[in-house]
Order: sequence, then C-alpha cells, then structure tokens
Amino acid sequence: MKLFKIRGGVHPDDRKQLAAGQAIETLPMPALLHIPLQQHIGAPASPAVRRGQRVAKGDLIAQGQGMISAPVHAPTSGRIVGVGSYPAHHASGLSVPTVTLQPDGEDRWSDQIKGVADPFALDSDDIAARVGAAGIVGLGGATFPAAVKLNLRKKYKLHTLVINGAECEPYLTCDDRLMREQTDAVIDGIRIMAHALGVARIVIGIENNKPEAQAAMASAASVHPNIQIARLPTRYPMGSEKHLVQTLTGRETPARGLTADIGVVVHNPATAFAVHEALRFGYPLVSRVVTVSGGAISRPRNLRVPLGTRVQDLLDYCGGFREEPARLLSGGPMMGQPLPSTRVPMVKGSNGVLALTAAETNLREPMPCIRCGSCVQACPCGLVPLDLAAHTRTGELEGAVSRGLMDCIGCGSCAYVCPAHIPLVQFFNYAKGEMAARGRAKQKQAETKRLIEQRTARIEAIQRAKREAMAARKREADAKKKAAAELSTDKPTPLPTPASAVEAEA
Amino acid sequence: MSIETPAPNAGPFAHERVSISRTMGLVMLALLPATVFSLWQFGWPAIYLFLVTLVTVLLAEAACLRIAGKPIRPFLLDGSAVLTGWLLAMTLPPWAPWWTGVVGGLIAIIVAKQVFGGIGQNLFNPAMVARVALLISFPLELTRFVNPAPLFAAGSPDWLQGLAITFGGQSTDAYSGATLLGHVRTELAQGHVLSEILPGLYTPLTDAVGTFSGSLGEGSALLILLGGLFLIAKRVITWHIPLAMLGTLALIATLMHVIDPEHYTGPLYHLVSGATLLGAFFIATDLVTSPVSLRGQILFGAGCGLLVYVIRTWTGYPEGVAFAVLLMNACTPLIDHYVRPRVYGRNRKGSPIEYADELEVSR
Ligand code: SF4
Ligand code: SF4
Repeated sequence: MKLFKIRGGVHPDDRKQLAAGQAIETLPMPALLHIPLQQHIGAPASPAVRRGQRVAKGDLIAQGQGMISAPVHAPTSGRIVGVGSYPAHHASGLSVPTVTLQPDGEDRWSDQIKGVADPFALDSDDIAARVGAAGIVGLGGATFPAAVKLNLRKKYKLHTLVINGAECEPYLTCDDRLMREQTDAVIDGIRIMAHALGVARIVIGIENNKPEAQAAMASAASVHPNIQIARLPTRYPMGSEKHLVQTLTGRETPARGLTADIGVVVHNPATAFAVHEALRFGYPLVSRVVTVSGGAISRPRNLRVPLGTRVQDLLDYCGGFREEPARLLSGGPMMGQPLPSTRVPMVKGSNGVLALTAAETNLREPMPCIRCGSCVQACPCGLVPLDLAAHTRTGELEGAVSRGLMDCIGCGSCAYVCPAHIPLVQFFNYAKGEMAARGRAKQKQAETKRLIEQRTARIEAIQRAKREAMAARKREADAKKKAAAELSTDKPTPLPTPASAVEAEA
Repeated sequence: MSIETPAPNAGPFAHERVSISRTMGLVMLALLPATVFSLWQFGWPAIYLFLVTLVTVLLAEAACLRIAGKPIRPFLLDGSAVLTGWLLAMTLPPWAPWWTGVVGGLIAIIVAKQVFGGIGQNLFNPAMVARVALLISFPLELTRFVNPAPLFAAGSPDWLQGLAITFGGQSTDAYSGATLLGHVRTELAQGHVLSEILPGLYTPLTDAVGTFSGSLGEGSALLILLGGLFLIAKRVITWHIPLAMLGTLALIATLMHVIDPEHYTGPLYHLVSGATLLGAFFIATDLVTSPVSLRGQILFGAGCGLLVYVIRTWTGYPEGVAFAVLLMNACTPLIDHYVRPRVYGRNRKGSPIEYADELEVSR
C-alpha cells in the first residue's frame, strides 16, 4: 500500500537480534506476586479482597473506579497475604497500593470464567464492556483502558483500525514474537475490535526489520479482504500513534487532538491478543509478554510473565547479569524509564526489562549547545529543540510553550542525535511538569476566587435582606405611631399606604 | 542483587555515536588533503605560520578557560579551538609574518569566541572576525601574496630561509605574485577588458588544482570540494548552505557575464577562484553561526553567495567571502526567529490543522 513520508526521526541501532530469535517462554510461577492496583492511566482500582482470602486465577481482586479506570485480577490461584503498599514500577520508586498474593502452585482458573461462542454476534457495547471487565489496557506501554478507546465510536466518525506493530523501540521483540507465534489469535482479536468499533478497514503496520512477523500476519490476514499489511520503513519513532497514522493516511492529527479526529483508532497487537483471550475464553488480563534484553543480560528472552512478578525473578530466569549494567530500564531505551530497583513488580504496561552496558548507553557529560541543528532535523514534530531547551533553562516557560513545548511527544530523537549530549528530554519533562503544576495552581486560584466571591455575594445578600427587613419594620412602626396619633387626634388624613410610599421612594 | 539507578529519569538511554570532538575531528579530516597540498605548495614559511597559529589558539583557549573557571581538558579537547585556528591559517597569505598568526589567533579566540561566552555562544565566525580585523589593521601584510614555491623544489626556501621569512621579516619580493582575483580587478580598474586579461593567465583547470598564488585555503579547489562532499556524506553538514551559496553566486555571475562579458567574469571563475569553495563548505557552514533550520540555511547560503559577488565586483576588496559570511552571521538570529519548521498538527500560523471533509464530525 502507498505510504506517506514523515519528517525527522532517527535510526538507532535496533539490537533486536539479541532477543528476536527467542520463542516466548512462560516464566515459572514465582513465590510471591505484588500486584499494584494502578496499572493503567486513570483512577486506581479499589481492593475487592481481604487479607487471608483465597482466590482462583482470574478472580477480581480490585474493582475499577470511575469512567477511566481498569479492574485488576488474580494472576494465579492462591492466598492474599497482604493488602497494603509496595514500591511501584516507576522511576520514583514510591510505594503504591498493592495486593500481595502467595500462589498455591495449582494455577487453577476460576470456574466463573466463560468465553463467548461468537463474539461477532455481540453488539459493540457488549464487547467494550467485556474488554473493560477483563482489565485490558493498551499494552504498547500507554496503558490507556482499551474499552474507553473502543467507545470512541460514540463521539467520532471512525473508518479505520490501525494496528501498531511497528515496535520501533530498539531491543524490544515481544510484539514481534507474539505476531509470529500467535498470529491467528492476534488477527482474531483485531477483527473483534474492528467489529466493536464498527469500522470496515483494518491496517496492520509492521516495520521492515520484522520480515517474519510481516509474512506471518500477511498470510493469516489474506483470507480477510478488509485487512491490509503495511510494510513500514524502519525508523524511530514510527510507532508514535500520530506518526504511524500519518505514514498510513498522509494526514497529521490536529494539534492537541486524537487520531480519532481523522477517523482512526490505533491499538497494539498485544492488546488485540488480550481481547481475543477475553472474548473467546473469558480470560482477564493477568499476564503479558515481556522482552528481557540488553548487553548486560546473560540470556536475553521473551517471557510470558504473570503480572506482579518482581523484576528480579525475570532477571534470575535469564541467568542474571553478564556484567554490571549501567542502566536498568523498563521499556525501550528511547522512551523507557529507569527502574529504581529489581524488587519492583511487572505491570500491564511493561513491555521490556533492559539491562544496558555503559557502551550501549554511550552516556557522556553534556557540553554547551553548538547549534548544529541536528536536533531540529531529527524532530518528527517540527520543533526546534535547542530553542525549547534554552527557554526552559532560563525559566521562560511561556516562551517554550509558545514555541511548541506541548506539541513535543517526548520521543527523544533530538537528544539521541545531539553531539553535545544535552539531556533535552529532561528539560522538556521538567518544563511540562512545571506547566502542569502551574495550571493546577491557577485552577485552584480561580476556584478560591470564585468561592470568595460567592461568599461575599452571600453575605451581601444577607445584609441587604436584614436592612430591608429593618426598614420595613421601621416603616411599620412609624405607620403604627402615625395611626395611633391620628386615632388620638381623630383627624383622618388620606395618606398613601406604606407599601405605595416605598414604591414612590424607589 | 539489586542495583540503584541514579537520576536522570528521562531517556533516551541510548545515544548515537556522536560528540562535538568527533564533529570537529571530521571537519579537520576533510580539510587535511587540501591543507597538506597547500603546505607543500608554499613550503616552510607556510608550515611555520600554520603551526604558530595553532599553538596560539590553543594557548589562548586554555588561558581563557582558566580565567573563566571552566574545566580545561574537555573544552580544549573538543577541537573547536584548533579548527578555528586552522581555518584562520587557511585564509592568511602563506608567507605572512608570524605575528599575523598570533594576533589573528588571539582575536579569534578571545574577542570573537570567549568574550561571547565560549563554544556555541559566539554570533560571528571567529576565524572570519580575526581575518577581517587583520585585513583592516594590516592591509599590507595581509595582501602580500607569493607564487607557489613547492617544498624541496629548486629555488624554494629551505627550512632555514623559511624561518627567516616567517620570523625574521625577510623580504619575499622575489617570489611575490598577485592573486587571480586581485590581478583581474587591478587590470579591470585600469580599463582593460576580460578578453585581454584572462587568456594565458587563467584556466579553470589551474585553479582547480591550485597552482596559483593565494592563501592556503584558496589553493586546491578540487581538494576542498572533495573535503566538502566528505562532510556532507558524513552528515556533519547538509548540502543546503553550500548549494545555495554556490548556486546564487553562479547564477548572478552568469547573468552579469551574459549582459557584459568584457567586464564581468563567468560563473566558473567565481566558483573555483579565491576562497569561494572553502567558504561554501567550511566557513559559511560553521555550525554555531549559521541557522539551524534547513530553510533558514538555504536563505543564509543564498545571502552569502549574493554578498560575495557584490563585494568582489563593486567594492574595494577583491575577495569578499569573509565579509559576506560575517554579514550573514549577523542575520542568523533573525533568520532563526522567523524561519522555523511547521509544527506537526498545526498550520503555518500555529493553529491546529482542520480538514474540510472532517468538519462535520461531531466532537
Ligand atoms: S543537537 Fe544538541 S548541540 Fe546540536 S543544536 Fe541541538 S541541542 Fe544544540
Ligand atoms: S522529544 Fe520532543 S522535541 Fe525532541 S525530537 Fe521528540 S518531539 Fe521533538
């Protein structure tokens, strides 16, 4: 199919060969699982189990809360040994609400679990509800609740479902392996999602560095004329939703908008697989495929991992470190984040655990910007990163915003090519965080101001009412006095009534 | 075992194998063939002047870094100072006295670079600032050119005579020769026409291989071109500035030549003579002082080309690359302010793109 060009981008060494040849293995059940209650974008789930309770695999352990949220299920059968907090799968290492589960080794599915014979007979709402109830979120790393995305059809005129099999981050091979090994299941999930979205057209984009996945998906899709396979040039950040859609349709998503604005919804192959499992068998999302790789890993692998498994258990299974890593990351090297320790649990959004050597990270002391323009040419969003960084450095955040700070997708292409090794993305993250904080502060201020005004208005109203009441009483008293005086003089005078007197005054 | 990953907490955690010293190193590598050729052409005095200039810039840079309290090693090793000195030496008459290199080097590093705040901060190309300052202050020394006297050739100064020329102020009149640009201008000024002046004096070929008098960098057009193409291939520079500059220069030269062939030389003459190619590939493309966007670079290059022609043709100087580049350097902040790429998802005015056929989509 015809592809369109995107601007910028870089060609990092993809290092996929480390793990691409490794078939997906199922990680043996660890001794303990630490299952965080927030593994998605949106409100955290609230615990639905007590300490000491026995659960079967797939039982609900935390209920989604509010419009944008996702429930959490037991990854295996066993006993709940704790409902408390545990360090998060996040660079901060802060503790978050977590349920701790001690597996009983039986790995017994709950008997409530039931699939649907023909998902295509269900209507859209029913499919979305089941996807939501299965706790499925975007497994490409964004972790946006998948059901919410399936419901976009209610607000937008959609025409295409795009499957993002670009997997443009170096090292990661989990989507590649899934598309090769579970081809039919992935295609089935994709078709179910398209049915739920009510779109006819499906495009599966896969980068050219995954020829096996391209071939497997193409042959499985050949019986479905509405599915097209797009062979994407290998270029980072091809997997950025907006840039992928531009490559496929030639259209840019309007700034601050969604791809749904131009009629396209994007999902990940792993999400499609999870949808297939949820609809056909009733399985909620309790495990995911993770790439464990990097030069410091003894035996890079692709593993199917129960959610809540500690990173350390993955590393142990892969033979530990071959050498001391310079970096331990969750996700890819371009947009992933450092892991605070190997104790943290795996979550729905973690597609990779990378241990990189110093030679791989090639980290150096930053030098001053030499205005080489490499970052400008690398930016896929048409920004001038050196300019944004300079404004951020001097604290002129409004200047950075007016030059497009909020249009930056944080892909890191600019920092990747910078010969001065300036940590550009760190500047942008700081600035974005600061702007968000200011926005919140401003909102709070406005809210406070509104409350104060309301209060003043209320007090004024009360005082006015009091004054009026007093005036009325006074007039009444006056009238009575006059009446009494008149009565005593017995001289009736045609006086206006008090009420009409007030009116005349007004 | 558990490891603690320290901040920073934002990626990327991989990096292309690039650094400032690599960039500067590649530029020097690209300059090397032309430099070696020219040093050979002009012999010992040229070699001495070249070395004196390099030593000066290194010492000046180290001293400035020390005063500014910056770490000396990383900044000295980034190669930017050496490259500045190198380019400056390439624009001096090869047999100029030693102090031109010293004064020039000091001006380049101290006045044109460190006063602005060091690497990346300077508005003007340091080597060109130094060259223009020298040209204005010492017009005699800066315009005294010699004919090539290749190393070890009969009649060329040996290393001792070389020392006498560079450091001892020995007269070089015996070797003196005007540059092509200078010669043609003088002749034109005396009322001669090009059909009388050029035959026997100039063929594009002699200039291309560089056996004419001139500064070091005006030597071999061919080797400079090769070096420039190498830089483009290595993606240290893009083609935008060189092509825009050479294209504009050639275009105007062609136009004027067609209008009046007896007084205006043709495009090839302008392209291969003087410092045109050195300027287009190595000086105008200086990263720090040229615009960062590709469209800005085209504008910048075109401006350089236009100014080079104007200065060469209608002002008192036979060569205009240095002035042209400096004038355009002054425009760089303006160009960078107004010429920016279009932001993704927005139109040129900065508001979100709207598609006519999607307007009725409810939101
Ligand atoms: S890539 Fe780095 S050195 Fe080059 S202009 Fe951008 S920020 Fe400056
Ligand atoms: S991180 Fe932002 S500024 Fe840098 S290349 Fe990506 S989109 Fe552009």
